Amino acid sequence: MSARPVVAVVVFPGSNDDHDAAWALGALGAEPVLVWHEEEELPGGTGAVVLPGGFSYGDYLRSGAIASLAPAMDAVRRFAEAGGPVLGICNGFQILCEARLLPGVLRPNHQLEFVCSDVSVRVENVDTAFTRRCADRPELVLPVKHGEGAWYADEGTFVQLAARGQIVLRYTGNVNGSLGNVAGVVNEGGNVMGLMPHPEHAVDPLLGSADGGLLLAGLVDAAAEHVLTAV
Amino acid sequence: MRATVVVRPKQGILDPQGEAVQGSLRKLGFDVSGVRVGRVIDLELAGDPRDPRAELERMCSELLANPLIESVEIQVGER
Repeated sequence: MSARPVVAVVVFPGSNDDHDAAWALGALGAEPVLVWHEEEELPGGTGAVVLPGGFSYGDYLRSGAIASLAPAMDAVRRFAEAGGPVLGICNGFQILCEARLLPGVLRPNHQLEFVCSDVSVRVENVDTAFTRRCADRPELVLPVKHGEGAWYADEGTFVQLAARGQIVLRYTGNVNGSLGNVAGVVNEGGNVMGLMPHPEHAVDPLLGSADGGLLLAGLVDAAAEHVLTAV
Repeated sequence: MRATVVVRPKQGILDPQGEAVQGSLRKLGFDVSGVRVGRVIDLELAGDPRDPRAELERMCSELLANPLIESVEIQVGER
């Protein structure tokens, strides 16, 4: 596994954490490639996909709704259906929910305020590709910055997701009114994850925390494995 | 052909925007016990679809509303 696995970072009009994500992935051993949302295919040999944070299409209609219909999202859907690892961060999480690649939806924060701070999240399931490096670190410090991060699903879905271990991250307090303090979920196949906190902004102690590096390094590992199995 | 789609937060879904508006109306002295904020989408359908209501229902489920949290009311040919 000497070659750096390619991680595609999809750029939508209004994405603003795309370069930060690419930088962090590069620092963690991946070969990040920015992919414009109008592209119909992912780069050859893509091992993982990141949908970055931002305000795609100015959050028109509902955050993530317009971006979920971009041509690149058809490619991401095919990649996910083939088992490829996909991580949506903040606006990326909203896009994955609107694309119905993840359960639930992100609603306006209950306090109607934009939250911008470091928060602590508990890792509820270390048995996923994204969290397996967190086995010795049950609580992570990660920054959040969002106005629409209150995750919601109906009660039946929520209970089922919790029972299956699909609720991967929970805030240790009430950050935005999210149901069950959910901060991140994974799909049933375990290869698509979304989270509101920003791991790409927490990859160096100089930035306040390096805990985000654990999640992104998990993604880079999964990318390398996917490249090998897809050949 | 003209059509209008009214999108509302579903019953039982917390609507922080509506609550904030209600608080402000009360500050102005209005006796209001509930406010919900949704949105109105006016459309012009090109051509003459055979079943405009079915077409609009598809638009709602594919983009205009999120059925998890929103309900829709479709009006065809009015306004």
